[in-house]
Amino acid sequence: MTPADKKQDSIFSKKLMQPALRGTFAKLNPVTLWRNPVMFFVEIGGIITALNFVYNIMTGKGDPAWFTGAVSVLLWMTVMFATFAESLAEGRGKARAESLRKSRTEIIAKKVKQPDPSGPATEINANDLRKGDMVLVSAGDLIPGDGDIVFGAALVDESAITGESAPVVRESGGDRSAVTGGTSVTATENIIIRITANPGETFIDKMVGLVEGAKRRKTPNEIALNILLIALTIIFLLVVFNLNSLSSYSVQSAGKGEVVSLVVLIALFVCLAPTTIAALLPAIGIAGMDRLFSRNVMALSGRAIEAAGDVNTLLLDKTGTITLGNREAVEFVPISGHSEQELVDAALMSSFTDETPEGRSIIVLAKQKGSRLQELPAHAAPVPFKAETRISGVDLEDHSYRKGAPDSIIKYIERRGGSVPNELEAKVTEIARAGSTPLAVTRDSEVLGVINLKDIIKGGIQERFSQLRKMGIKTVMITGDNPLTAAAIAAEANVDDFLAEAKPEDKLKLIRDYQGDGYMVAMTGDGTNDAPALAQADVAVAMNTGTQPAREAANIIDLDSNPTKLLDIVEIGKQILMTRGNLTTFSIANDIAKYFAIIPAALTSVYPQLSTLNLMHLHSPHSAILSAVIFNAIVIPFLIPLALKGTRYRPMPAEKLLVYNLFIYGLGGVIAPFVGIKLIDMLVTFSL
Amino acid sequence: MQNFEIYDLIEIAVFFAVLLLLVKPLGGYMAKVFQGEKNLLSPVMRPLERLIYRIAGIDEKKETGWKRYAFSLLLFNFTLMVFIFLVLLLQGVLPLNPEGLPRFSLPLAFNTAVSFATNTNWQAYSGESTASYFTQTVALTLSHFITPAIGTTVIIALIRGIVRRTVREIGNFWVDLTRSILYILLPIALVAAIFLISQGVIQNFSGYQAAHLVQPVTGAAGSSISKQTIPMGPVASFESIKLLGTNGGGFFGANSAHPYENPSPLTNFIEMLLFLAIPLSLTYTFGKMVGNTRQGWAILTAMMVILIASLGIMYWAEHAGNPLIHQQGVAGPNMEGKEVRFGIGGSTLFAAGTTATSDGAVNSMHDSYTPLGGGMTLFLMLLSEVVPGGVGSGLYTMLGFVIIAVFVAGLMIGRTPEYLGKKIEVREMWMSVIIVLTSGVSVLIFSGIALLISAGTSSILNPGPHGLSEVLYAFASGSNNNGSAFAGLNANTSFYNFTLGAGMLLGRFVPAVAALAMAGSLAVKKYVPPSVGTLPTDNLTFIGWLIVVVLIVGALTFLPALGLGPIIEHLIMTGRK
Repeated sequence: MTPADKKQDSIFSKKLMQPALRGTFAKLNPVTLWRNPVMFFVEIGGIITALNFVYNIMTGKGDPAWFTGAVSVLLWMTVMFATFAESLAEGRGKARAESLRKSRTEIIAKKVKQPDPSGPATEINANDLRKGDMVLVSAGDLIPGDGDIVFGAALVDESAITGESAPVVRESGGDRSAVTGGTSVTATENIIIRITANPGETFIDKMVGLVEGAKRRKTPNEIALNILLIALTIIFLLVVFNLNSLSSYSVQSAGKGEVVSLVVLIALFVCLAPTTIAALLPAIGIAGMDRLFSRNVMALSGRAIEAAGDVNTLLLDKTGTITLGNREAVEFVPISGHSEQELVDAALMSSFTDETPEGRSIIVLAKQKGSRLQELPAHAAPVPFKAETRISGVDLEDHSYRKGAPDSIIKYIERRGGSVPNELEAKVTEIARAGSTPLAVTRDSEVLGVINLKDIIKGGIQERFSQLRKMGIKTVMITGDNPLTAAAIAAEANVDDFLAEAKPEDKLKLIRDYQGDGYMVAMTGDGTNDAPALAQADVAVAMNTGTQPAREAANIIDLDSNPTKLLDIVEIGKQILMTRGNLTTFSIANDIAKYFAIIPAALTSVYPQLSTLNLMHLHSPHSAILSAVIFNAIVIPFLIPLALKGTRYRPMPAEKLLVYNLFIYGLGGVIAPFVGIKLIDMLVTFSL
Repeated sequence: MQNFEIYDLIEIAVFFAVLLLLVKPLGGYMAKVFQGEKNLLSPVMRPLERLIYRIAGIDEKKETGWKRYAFSLLLFNFTLMVFIFLVLLLQGVLPLNPEGLPRFSLPLAFNTAVSFATNTNWQAYSGESTASYFTQTVALTLSHFITPAIGTTVIIALIRGIVRRTVREIGNFWVDLTRSILYILLPIALVAAIFLISQGVIQNFSGYQAAHLVQPVTGAAGSSISKQTIPMGPVASFESIKLLGTNGGGFFGANSAHPYENPSPLTNFIEMLLFLAIPLSLTYTFGKMVGNTRQGWAILTAMMVILIASLGIMYWAEHAGNPLIHQQGVAGPNMEGKEVRFGIGGSTLFAAGTTATSDGAVNSMHDSYTPLGGGMTLFLMLLSEVVPGGVGSGLYTMLGFVIIAVFVAGLMIGRTPEYLGKKIEVREMWMSVIIVLTSGVSVLIFSGIALLISAGTSSILNPGPHGLSEVLYAFASGSNNNGSAFAGLNANTSFYNFTLGAGMLLGRFVPAVAALAMAGSLAVKKYVPPSVGTLPTDNLTFIGWLIVVVLIVGALTFLPALGLGPIIEHLIMTGRK
């Protein structure tokens, strides 16, 4: 898929129309339509009225044949509008699945026995690969299956799944070892991949299944709504049965008029049954997944998206989500009378072998400050960063240089028998309080000063968080920073809470604590050490760049690996529920007008007085009933765009939002059909 | 005109004021009783309660899950039904039968046993001519105490389900039952009975009295009638619990219109208080037990709005009277079938209250109301008896509506719906839908059958729309366990005895078991703390939405039936062409 494809096709584009129309008819099969009981009953109504039409023509008895025929056609149209809506929603997913499937075509894998690129390789079909097999991949090859790189590093083009053309680095060990089958290797020495998924269970297989909707299961919430819709359908079936008795009794006792005919009873039933929401319900869910997908987010289940709509606590990693990826050195602060030059040189010395972005930014700043050092002297022994000591640096013949978090440095100095100047703490606190990270620099047992590493908060993130607050969602920033720095950044970024000096197990504990209090927690993660927390979270978003364990623990995968996506996911989750709720309310509110159209029309032959209830002054009984059925049918295609796009979500308190939606869809749902049915009646009357 | 309207309005205003003043103390007291806390009557009743447990071998600390609870409930209730059934069939040989009344016929015994065991108290017979004192006191009065207590156990279990977190137990049925009778029904009924006796309601076991008429009248067959038989009986003890327990089955056929059951406007006032007090106060008990009384007041407000609006329409319709009679020169409101001592105010208030609760006692002939006035009594029952409904059953049915309202509203704000910290999911939806719609389904099916076959239509004494209303009313009354009769329908036939009996069984036990199942499924859930994104369920928006949901469900289900019954009758009466 090219990035251009990702642009949303307009809803009724030609490309999507054709397969959608085909699906419309295929889905009329009653065996599959049974999954949508309301529409199933409408179809039964369509069949009965069609038979009735034949009967009317053959015998000339009963309702006029044109009327029965028109009702039957309209009922079939109602069903087809529903199947069309579902097909259209599926079609967009299918188009995507098609391009994915292309990448799944025959790949020849070079299977190896040992993780050694020079060893012998046998060529086998990628479909025969099993979990645990190891394969050799060279530049230009397609990766034969999901796996972890166990040897080497490569540039991988993942555009097949992300649409992003810039290749990404994948290397053995660490958090960037996972590769996806079907993606291609652009530049590499030979790498060895250990396969982690059997054929048919790979990421692309899952994606194809999901976007095609083949494996789509109804979410719990959808099932609950379906119960309500089915219950209403049963009630309306009984209402119609009851009406038959009522009218036959009334005709008998009034001694005039006609019993309401089967066709009119069926028309009334279809109008009253919640056809609008039932027709659009499958489309709403599928379209929601698709909307996520068009933002390059893969929900591994519909349940995950809905849970996202319910999330009330977001755990956000500071780095990458709240702040721009990396901190930058912005200032050198010498202490204890040391000159800035001493500090700059020492900082540079300790950072030469530091490959982290922070380390590199120190080198850049040091050079700007005019340090003349170009490279490490010979015989220098680098001291890499270790989790236990949390400092790094270099040992030269004459001096040893270190840099690290102030508390670690203090321990280091004390261990070497040096003394820590009081000034250090003051400077450190000053920097931390401003939301920056202080990094102390030492030469031998002396603290020379502090480097100010500044966090840069992403633009617009504050507004997003206040929106979330309005939605009732609490944001918690997770950071490895010390509490002082964390507090400053938290305040600046406008989050509700923070967890400082967080270790992976702290994250897990935090999630458990929140869940214990009944909160729904969402988090993002990419590293293997995030996996337990991801597995615990209600909504777990893994970055596609993340490791296999992280991706397996998650229920949503962000192909762009952009942690702010979580906010989009929450919004889409809410949108899906709201669209369902709003259309349900609209659908039921419509019934009032339909009663006023059909009941007087069906019964004026017995009781002419009932024409008082013909509020819309519809022309004749036949035109009234037809108008109601027509309105009931065409409201479905009118609402397809709404179902596919979702009703707009506005962050506002629950009560306000409810009032707003009740006003639009509740009151609107009461009024719209009065107007619509009247207009249709005028048209019908005119054309008759 | 005597300017009676102003007195009616004063009566209605004073009545609701007194009623609302009762809610907090009575509701708070009931909360204490069911939470096992020390209360006003503990010194007297606690030893008695313990004694009962010891004799019955009940461990009051041992609570059960919902299935066990429901099983005990059904077992006990069906035992009661069989007991009543046997008493009715054996009436002829049982004591306390000074008039020597014979046994009940089989269909009537079935109908009556079901009726009294389901808190319906529909009577296809007249007490004074059919039931002996033994039947009235031992079988029927007993059921008057037990069935509302059973209704209470269900709502209390449901409230516990909402309150409790991640447990299976929802309470001990036997304990809830015992407490409901000992602490609530028995003492209030006792005081009320003594008050009623003081006001002239009779209480004796004498044989029927004969009175010689001052002026003999000519009977239908041309015979001269000079003697009147005046039935006697232990009425007061029957009467107080008949009302308090929203039972409603009268000692006499005339029910609360009979001067021995309801002699004066004052007793009328008290009787109305009795049937509204517990169902309405339970909303406060609910609020208290869930730890937020505003939640209870919100539900109460929704109930009261519907009740008072319905009463308003009913009063207006009765006050306007019948234009066809006005044309004949008889001005004034519609007093047909109403007692002069109660007037329009005391009659419509009683009629609205008795149909809005599932009491079903009557002090006026609902059949004689104007089409719209009578239509309102019908409509109040067709709302599934929730404003405030029967003792216990009213509130648990209303909570079914609340959950459906919360579900749709929850979706509309984009969240998995939750109520009082509990997520509303598939199971809760099933149960709510069953609780709310069972009685409607039953009414639609049985009235549909009755109007279609001659076994049903041949009982109709007033053909036309009014006859249709009568049939609809009978099934609405049975399926919603109300028990009042529109009359004008010969209901003592095998067809009506059995179909109404079936409607009562469905309308009572299906929702009750569903409510217990919901209690069970809510109890095991985690608690979700509220946030800004949580839908508040204690403010005006939600109250308004709840009212709309209750009315819409009722209206959509019964609009055709109401249209061809009361509404068309009204249109015909007012001379629409």
